[in-house]
Amino acid sequence: MAKVEITVNGVKHAREVEDRALLANFLRDELGLTGTHIGCDTSQCGCCTVHVNGQAVKSCSMLAVQANGAEVVTIEGMAKNGALHPIQQAFTECHGLQCGFCTPGMIMAVAGLLKDNPNPTDEEIYHGLEGNLCRCTGYINIVKAVKRSAELLGGK
Amino acid sequence: MYQFHYVKAKSLQEAGEFLAAHPDAKLLAGGMTLIPTLKARLAQPSHLVDVGGLAELAGIEVKDGKLRVGAGARHREVAMSAVVRKAIPALAELAGVIGDPQVRNLGTMGGSVANNDPAADYPAAVLALGATVVTMRREIPADDFFQGMFATALEPDEIVVRVVFPVPKRAAYAKFPHPASGYAMAGVFVAENADGVRVAVTGAGPGVFRWQEAEAALGKNLSPAALEGLTVEAEGLNEDMHATREYRANLVAVMAKRAVAKIAGK
Repeated sequence: MAKVEITVNGVKHAREVEDRALLANFLRDELGLTGTHIGCDTSQCGCCTVHVNGQAVKSCSMLAVQANGAEVVTIEGMAKNGALHPIQQAFTECHGLQCGFCTPGMIMAVAGLLKDNPNPTDEEIYHGLEGNLCRCTGYINIVKAVKRSAELLGGK
Repeated sequence: MYQFHYVKAKSLQEAGEFLAAHPDAKLLAGGMTLIPTLKARLAQPSHLVDVGGLAELAGIEVKDGKLRVGAGARHREVAMSAVVRKAIPALAELAGVIGDPQVRNLGTMGGSVANNDPAADYPAAVLALGATVVTMRREIPADDFFQGMFATALEPDEIVVRVVFPVPKRAAYAKFPHPASGYAMAGVFVAENADGVRVAVTGAGPGVFRWQEAEAALGKNLSPAALEGLTVEAEGLNEDMHATREYRANLVAVMAKRAVAKIAGK
């Protein structure tokens, strides 16, 4: 077992975790933050994407102990004071989802993408979302939602 | 995932000593190969020794005319580094097409090189550029370092500290990625170095290899036309559910031409 202190969505949590516990399981099972989804066992789907120290990572492919001392932001940390984050707003407006399972990971990945590149082209969006799979939409409305997110965030 | 003990190394020396004392321990840096491997129960290390974030493995700089990339440099850092983009733009470009953004945010140069996955991207650059892999105890030329599928010249307790790349006159990388994993079905790195042209191929064979026939042809004429009619022998290449060896052999020739076209276009 290992002692960790991880700040999640601005709140510091001190816990004892198994050495092999994945960050995704820590968030879901220890903290009850089930917005972080686990869609595969092979590190490919990206549903579990969260930000660790400001960068998008797959929380299913990182140990909780590796995040010791880190700042983590999950989908639950995006909306502020009951108002959706602009990326959440854009996914709603553009219907950038169908079943919604991939959506939390998509939104966290988009947040990472737009931080590096506030006005991505379609090509850059495809490349930037290569780590996230959606099995419903065919991605058309997701790409629209990313462009709308860029507008709402003032990139354009 | 099987049980293991996690150890956070405070220094490179401590990590090296721990590995020497525990033969079943494994190094953990970005974990982008190791953790999925553990999740699939394909390995059962006794300990994971975390060298992620060690200052001794950080840093990207040009020194004595060579680009030095710390083993702990994340793919994202290499892709975005102004130093790398200026010295060897093809290396930055290669780093930017490894895996996906989340993988690039964690995966490291040292991890990729030490793991020597036959479909990884970095080994092609390291071999084509004639780079040197620097460990805690010696310097290993790329030609000696890579020894076939997942095999390298590294001793079990030897840690890669940095990779030193001579700056080429021109270089380019072209890969045909597997559409799901992003790994190279075939990737070809072509470098015009001070001492001639080198062509390294990843993804197609059991390990990264040099295509010497292409090197000879491109040494005389660095243009896609020089590769016309040249083919790699399909015998001995990888064959799996994704592609036959003949298909991979063809991809190598196509990717080589694309890389050379990029160079010639510059």
